[in-house]
Amino acid sequence: MDFSVVVEYFPRLLEGTWVSIQLVLLSIVLGGLFALPIALARISPVLWIRSLPFAYIFFFRGTPLLVQIFLVYYGASQFDVVRESVLWPILREPFWCAIIAFTLNTSAYTAEIFRGAIQAIPPGEVEACKVVGMSKTQMYRRVLLPRAFGIVLPAYGNEIILMLKGSALASTITILDLTGMARTIIARTYTPIEIFLAAGAIYLLISMVIIAIFRQVEKHQNRYLGSVSIKVPDKG
Amino acid sequence: MIDLHGFGHQLLQGALVTVELALASLVVGLVLGLLGAAAKLSSIKPLQWIANIYTTLIRGLPELLTVLIIYFGATTVLMSIAGLFGYDEYIEIGAFAAGVTALGLTFGAYATEVFRGALQSIPKGQHESAVALGMGTFHKFYRIILPQVWRIALPGLGNLFLVLLKDTALVSVVGLEDIMRKANIAVSSTKEAFLFYLVAAIMYLVLTIVSMGVVSYLEKRARRGLTRG
Repeated sequence: MDFSVVVEYFPRLLEGTWVSIQLVLLSIVLGGLFALPIALARISPVLWIRSLPFAYIFFFRGTPLLVQIFLVYYGASQFDVVRESVLWPILREPFWCAIIAFTLNTSAYTAEIFRGAIQAIPPGEVEACKVVGMSKTQMYRRVLLPRAFGIVLPAYGNEIILMLKGSALASTITILDLTGMARTIIARTYTPIEIFLAAGAIYLLISMVIIAIFRQVEKHQNRYLGSVSIKVPDKG
Repeated sequence: MIDLHGFGHQLLQGALVTVELALASLVVGLVLGLLGAAAKLSSIKPLQWIANIYTTLIRGLPELLTVLIIYFGATTVLMSIAGLFGYDEYIEIGAFAAGVTALGLTFGAYATEVFRGALQSIPKGQHESAVALGMGTFHKFYRIILPQVWRIALPGLGNLFLVLLKDTALVSVVGLEDIMRKANIAVSSTKEAFLFYLVAAIMYLVLTIVSMGVVSYLEKRARRGLTRG
């Protein structure tokens, strides 16, 4: 094995890394924005409001991300309506197709996380807010949203890491993200092990950074729990 | 009825390959998961280290990258080993073998955590009463511990299997003739991308629904010893 190729092509790998980070950041932000209304509709007491997000979530969680990317990138361009629409300059670009597919996918998962968090707030806290005479806005701003945010954090951190790993699929539609760049370099140098391991190391490093950031935010968010760490038993 | 241009049969063949790949990886992954959990809970430090490195590495790598590393890496490694013995013909491992290895390793890493949690949640008294009844290590594990671990671990393992089922699509990237690859072939000859990828998506959905049914049957069966409270 000859790791000098890794040194030689490291700037290219970093370029790919930057594309991967852009993909993840954009889809996470957009997915989060979409997820909130989906989650709220999902817990609606009205059946027909509830069933649409249910089908949406079921479809995007039940099919492979690869199928979803291909549906957007290859599937949409099959229709003349799409090719003649104003959106075509966007839908023609693999980067934006990946963003669309990732956003739809992650919003389905995130919506389920949000739903869980909203439903996990004990009703007693809502009642307590009412008792001390808070208005609905105050209740949401001071108690419910910060609480839901604290509950959501660990699962949301996991979702971002899953998104980071899923972003490698962008390489299948010609995007030069970290994996795509690695494959391009390998096609030229025939050193699959060295380059793939280097790319893997970069992915590991990014997930470690994400984990560290979330640990800090979680600590800050749940600071009211005191300095005593509470040991939560494994559910298995 | 939608017109699949005669590719329906091909897609069904692909579905069979997908199911075979998923089940084979499941077996490999369950064995690796149990071994990993045993290693993490053992008192031998090096075993703990190995298991920790294994789960951290595999869980941090994108699944696609794992598949690519195994597929291209295994060839290089096998050829250099064969080269030591003076064999210098080209060796290639098949896409199916690479897929089973990569997905089995991934499933195993996540299953390690599920099994570890389940093993730790078995009360000490269960171990002690098995020993008191004169059971050996094997009998204790096989008759007392494993059935309970199975019951506790099943929901987690079921989720992991659903993830595994979807990850099988990645192996199409290295040329395995699964649902995804058959859909790609159909698209390149008919140019009806939306139709075929939608059909592929629906096939995965059906497989998901069937697996969910099987898992919930197994869960019910594993719980049959418990009285409903």
